Formats: sequence, C-alpha cells, structure tokens
Amino acid sequence: MNLLKTFALSLALAPLTLAAQERYMTRTGHVDFHSSTPIEDIHADNDKVTSVWDATSGAIEFSLLIKAFTFEKALMQEHFNENYMESNKFPKATFKGTLKGVAADQLAKGGSYQVTVEGTINIHGVDQPIKTTGTITVDGKGGIRAESKFQVKPEDHGIKIPGAVRKNIAETMDLNVRMDYTKMP
Amino acid sequence: MRFIPLLLVAALCATHSHAQEDLLGLLGEEESGPEYTNAAFKTTRVINGHSLENTAAGVLDFRIGHRFGPVNGGGREAYGLDGATVRLGFDYGVNDRLMVGIGRSGYQKTIDGFVKYKLVRQCDAGCKAPITLAVVAASSMTTLASDQVPWYNPSRTDYFSHRLSYAWTVIVGRKFNETLSLQLNPGVVHRNLVAAADSPNDVFHVSGAGRVKLTKRLTFNAEYFNVLPDGLDEGFKQSLSVGFDIETGGHVFQLHFSNSAGMFDRAFITESTGDWGKTFSNPSDGAGVHFGFNISRVFTLHEPKRPKG
Repeated sequence: MNLLKTFALSLALAPLTLAAQERYMTRTGHVDFHSSTPIEDIHADNDKVTSVWDATSGAIEFSLLIKAFTFEKALMQEHFNENYMESNKFPKATFKGTLKGVAADQLAKGGSYQVTVEGTINIHGVDQPIKTTGTITVDGKGGIRAESKFQVKPEDHGIKIPGAVRKNIAETMDLNVRMDYTKMP
Repeated sequence: MRFIPLLLVAALCATHSHAQEDLLGLLGEEESGPEYTNAAFKTTRVINGHSLENTAAGVLDFRIGHRFGPVNGGGREAYGLDGATVRLGFDYGVNDRLMVGIGRSGYQKTIDGFVKYKLVRQCDAGCKAPITLAVVAASSMTTLASDQVPWYNPSRTDYFSHRLSYAWTVIVGRKFNETLSLQLNPGVVHRNLVAAADSPNDVFHVSGAGRVKLTKRLTFNAEYFNVLPDGLDEGFKQSLSVGFDIETGGHVFQLHFSNSAGMFDRAFITESTGDWGKTFSNPSDGAGVHFGFNISRVFTLHEPKRPKG
C-alpha cells in the first residue's frame, strides 16, 4: 500500500515540477512596428512587453501596453493613442497561442531553431488569427532569445485611417518581436 | 488508505489545470509607473488663453494667429476679412513640465513672451493627482512710436517701462473623460501705465474655459475672461470666444469667433472692444465679434529618449 501511496503522490506532483522547470518569462521584451510610405516613415518601440512561454506544452502568451510605445515625435504618439488605438478604451494588445519547432529538452544546449507560432492576436479589442515563423536562439549559458517578424493590417483590427492621412500611413505595419527569456523559478 | 483515490483525483486535476493555465497570470499584476493624462486639449491655447496643455518636450510649435475685422462690417468689408491683425509666435517645450514662448503681434506692435510650468499633472494610473495645475507668467512690450501709443501725452516723458505689462495666470483643470475637459484660469494683468488716473494698474479676473470633443479630430471650445468689477476701462468688454479645433496630421486649426482682436493677455483680457450683442448690428453701432483662426504647426527638434530597436 505504501508503494501505491508514493506512486499517487508523485503523479500528483509531477506536472507541477515539470512545468515549473520549463517555463520562461520576460517583462522587458521588445516589440517595434514600422509603417513605410513614400511620404512618411513611422516607427515606434515598446521595451516593456511581457511574455510567458511554457516550453513543455508550447503555450506562449504576450501582453503589452499600447501607451508604452514611444515615437520619435510626441504628436505622433498622442495621435496613435488618441485617434487610432484608443488606448484608454483598449489599453493592451495581447497574443495567445502555441509555439512549435523546439522541444523543451533541446533548450539545454546551444543552437538556433526555426519555429512556427500560431494563435490569436488581439489589437484594438479585435481578435485575429495569426500564423508566423520565428527563431529561438539558445546561447548555452541559459540565455534564450526568441525573434519573429510579421505583419498586421490596422484595418483588420477596426482601426480607421481617414483619407487625409491615408498616404502617410501604410496599409500593413511591419512588426518585429524580440524576447530575451529567463527561466521562471 | 481512503485518501489514495483522493490523491489520484488530485493528480488528474493538476494535469488538467496545467493545460488550461493563464500563463501571464503567473507573473501577477505589473507595477506601472505614473501615467499622466494626455490630450485634455488639442493644443496649448483654448482660443486666446492658455489651456492646461504644454508643448511636448523638445518640440517647437510655430503658431500663426489671425483676427479679422468685425463680422458686422458687412459685405463691403468682406465681413471683416479685409482687416486683420496677426500674431506670429514660437513656443518650445523645454521638458515635460516647462514651456516657453515668444510672439509678435500687429496689435500695438507688441512683442510678448511667457513661461508656463506644470506644478501638478493629472494622472490616469500610478499616482493620485485628479487635476492639472499650471502657472503662466507673461509679459508684453509695445514698440509703437512714442507719439502713437494710446497713452500719448506730449507733456509726459515716454519711459520704456510704460510700454510693459505683465500677466500671471493659474490654470486648474481636469480632463473629466474623453469628451469633456474644463479649467479655471484666474489671474491678474499688471499694466505699468494706464490711460486714466482712476484706471487700475492691476486687473484681476476669474476666468474659465472648456472643450467638448465632438469627433476624434474635432472639438468645440469656449473661453470667458471675467474681469472683476471696476477692472475694465470705459468702452472695453469681457472677452468671450467660441470655436472649433480641427486636427490634421501635424497641424491644429482653430477657427473661432471672439470679441477680442488682441492675442496676448493684456490685449484680450483688458482691451476687448467687440460686443457679442452687436453681432448683427449696423457697423455704425459699433463692432461685434471677429472671426479668427490659429494655426499650430509642430516641429520635433529633440527626439525624446527612447529604446533603439
């Protein structure tokens, strides 16, 4: 009976310990976007992106504050928040999905892995499915960097761009994501 | 041994919850720094007077103001468009709290300058201030020829100091929601020399202004300067202005009607000649309101410090 007890106990604890060992997080991830037109280039950076990645299950989540994007021009930043993103109404953008292409046990050794990420991105309160590719780079000293590039159309997220500035703002934004993960205790 | 099945159930539950977990929830709530309310007004002026907004740090704001003649001048005067007084000005945001500006008005050939400082900034998160509190110190200098100043008197020496006036304003305001922002902006105008012996050198006023946001790019603004009794000289009126702010990319166009033609404190607070009651009167009965506009165009001279990505 003692054996059964130990078995049941270890079964109960196993998922907890496993999961605790293979989760990675950051609060200082980087996301930038770029809009390029012949008239104007617009660029904004956000260095306060939060993300958690569970390497065991592949589940990955991102969250960022719209107001934390910084622009080269103060007025652009004000208009971005006020007129386009309505950041008082929709303060955050989020992503929830799964990352495939690297196994938890591969992260112990250095190397670069091509991965795919698939899930739902929520911007301006509107969900859109998204699928993209990325790279996970492990430097062997425990440093794990995840990088990805993809595109988002403001129109798909209910963000209206008036005719007067149509030529200044691109139809698709180029996004760059760069996360330096640390292992969660 | 009754608890063995219980443990097995616990094991299953643990696996189950693991799969459905809210990963970000594991990190708990994030500490965010103070987040200040922005865009209570589209620009740093409501119409003539200062709003509670500052020019952003490192930004130069080139402002062009026009006030046309009285609208009741009639068709021959193109409803005032034939005669205009102009102010050209440059404002600069030194940092997030401090801005400075200079301007030159056609009205009495006046140069004016000001310093505006935000003591308290209204906060959305991370701090508690429910209002914005700012102070503005301004002065003006008339550069008319000695025999053309309104107080011209051949028997009096024309000291330089006669040409100066000062204005101090306190702005207490709040952006109540996306639509409504209101402010009180009491203050005092000091005139070094006044036209008559019984005119006060110090003119106190308790004034207010507000805006209603109609669409993302259009607001309705109004401001009223209420000079306390006995402050106004004979023939001058309290200043009332109403208008719209129209925002395009880098410009804000402010179109308005005002009974003031001057665009610096002494001029619009103590020397407004138009009368709202005469808006539709015959021109010989006196001036009504003026149509006018301000154009604000910003240039980023110094980029804010930001992450490089």
